Amino acid sequence: MSKKIRVLVAKPGLDGHDRGAKVIASALRDAGFEVIYSGLHQTPEKIVSMALQEDVDVIGISILSGAHMTLFPRIMDLMAKQGMSDVLLTGGGIIPPEEAKELEGKGTGKLFGPGTSTRDIIDYINTWAAEHRA
Amino acid sequence: MSKNGNMRNGKADKPAQNSQSQERETKFMTTSSKPIDPLYKPEDVQHIDYQRDLGDPGDFPYTRGIHKNMYRGRLWTIRQFAGFGTAKDTNERFQYLLKNGQMGLSVAFDLPTLMGRDSDDALSEGEVGVCGVAIDSLADMEVLFDGIPLDKVSTSMTINSPAAILLAFYIAVGEKQGVPQEQLMGTLQNDILKEYIAQKEFIFPPEPSMKLVVDTILYCTKHVPKWNTISISGYHIREAGSTAAQELAFTLSDGFAYVDAAIDAGMDVDEFAPRLSFFFNSHLDFFEEIAKFRAARRIWARHMRERYAAKSERSWKLRFHTQTAGCSLTGQQPINNVMRTAFEALAGVLGGTQSLHTNSLDETWALPTEKAAKIALRTQQIIAHEIGVTNTPDPLAGSYFVEKLTDEIEAEAEAYFQKINDLGGVIPAIKQGFQQREIATAARRYQDEFEAKDRIIVGVNEYAEENEKLEIPILKIDQSVEKAQLERLQQLRASRDNGAVEAELERLRVDALANKNVMPALIDCAKAYCTVGEMIGVLREVYGTWVEEPVF
Repeated sequence: MSKKIRVLVAKPGLDGHDRGAKVIASALRDAGFEVIYSGLHQTPEKIVSMALQEDVDVIGISILSGAHMTLFPRIMDLMAKQGMSDVLLTGGGIIPPEEAKELEGKGTGKLFGPGTSTRDIIDYINTWAAEHRA
Repeated sequence: MSKNGNMRNGKADKPAQNSQSQERETKFMTTSSKPIDPLYKPEDVQHIDYQRDLGDPGDFPYTRGIHKNMYRGRLWTIRQFAGFGTAKDTNERFQYLLKNGQMGLSVAFDLPTLMGRDSDDALSEGEVGVCGVAIDSLADMEVLFDGIPLDKVSTSMTINSPAAILLAFYIAVGEKQGVPQEQLMGTLQNDILKEYIAQKEFIFPPEPSMKLVVDTILYCTKHVPKWNTISISGYHIREAGSTAAQELAFTLSDGFAYVDAAIDAGMDVDEFAPRLSFFFNSHLDFFEEIAKFRAARRIWARHMRERYAAKSERSWKLRFHTQTAGCSLTGQQPINNVMRTAFEALAGVLGGTQSLHTNSLDETWALPTEKAAKIALRTQQIIAHEIGVTNTPDPLAGSYFVEKLTDEIEAEAEAYFQKINDLGGVIPAIKQGFQQREIATAARRYQDEFEAKDRIIVGVNEYAEENEKLEIPILKIDQSVEKAQLERLQQLRASRDNGAVEAELERLRVDALANKNVMPALIDCAKAYCTVGEMIGVLREVYGTWVEEPVF
């Protein structure tokens, strides 16, 4: 592989639960990705502009506050407006399976629940990159 | 004979005397990755002096509990945390809980309230009334406590950055009910230091935040004497991934920092220390947790008496609330969480907790359904009444293993106090990212152990079920809550006396700038129906905001 895969790990909204985001950010970094962590309390607008600025391949959103049904669609809309169809939007947190399915149906990538192994996330991103990056 | 000899003889189930099986290929360690010896013996506890190190229950240093007869006298308080939707929704739940024998209320606020933002703030979108009740102004607080006599019921409020404002609301509601503030009973979490360390619901920089905490201590000591001013919390530190020793060390060092700050503000330690209380996590490792609770009491008592020269026994006694570990629950096979929670709750009880919250089995997916919450409540009642653990205080005292663990965890905590001291104290250590880095490292280690199967989690990395379907009902928060709350807030802004609002907010600004105690101004703002967001807005202009340097 030529260029390293660039991932923005982001925390939208007011939620401060950052254990998962930080564990995943450090695991992705150890797996050889370029990782940018947004820090806490970011608006969807800020996250999308950060993703553009950093020219990332993947945005990984962590939400544990229950606001996922509002925040994921907002981020998707903003990404569409910016023509970011080549960027993967994935994520995880406290998201009931039915709602995860609904969001995936609307066009997000896979959403990961509690108990996920970081290796599954790494494999998922690698597989996606192999299929989508030239 | 080789250790495996029995196997070859086909007598695996009947080992010969004095032989032992080869140890299983697993890491014998605690939830905090602490290695455990094969056996603990009298020599491990030889140095212990009963009077000096343990004492009878009710006696210094309270290792065995803060009351002489512990649960033979009074059971712990079952205090289930609740809150969702609008103030009216939560008021109905409170009325139901009180009718069913619960004596204390515990309010969960939604994220906008916790972060000092009004429901109509752009950042609040999607969060209003979702993980707790939405409170924008005194008007909501009046509804929340409608029909609940504040002179009889004690209320715990889990709120930190805007804690002083919610206390002001509570005092104002009490006044409207005709209950003088001297009679109000309750607890404010008001523990800002752990926000920078773990929970991350901060607004202002640490120094002005500490000043607000001291304001509430000064005010309550004088005017609301039955109020527990801070619930110094390790719960969130543990949930963020810390070890048991880190939870203990960072929580108690935060506690000492509050004591230092109040003394610096001119108070006598025995004036305020009796109203400090603690809040710990009870995680999966049964003995490690019990040892942690026992060590907590001993450390606090020694430091308060020896370092701070407190004279009142009430200043020496560490009282605490316990919540079972949310982070230990699994999304997979969620019914198993009932067992996890029961064991954790039992550790809290054997550790001598004063009150307890048990989590519900469905909380890895959403807020609990009423049925799941009832199982959690019944778990505590079974521990209290059926299994005999309340018959005698601190039944594990004298156990070679438990006493040794208690000593070791105390020593680990003391080593952390020294490190934090070397870094210049709690706030300088936070600014250098010390506690945050220690926690992040422990969290990553836990995950690595899980992935390497050094740590087995039943139903997740072992005994998992292929294509498991979630078979429990999941609570859905009605999306109409946000709309209803926005309408309420709009009405309030239109109908209140906005001249008075402006005047009170201006006075708050003046007092904050003059470094005066802001409690009186906040109470007047509350009575004028200023919103949480407006008051925080003024303080944000005066104090500035805090942006953390993330460490991972």
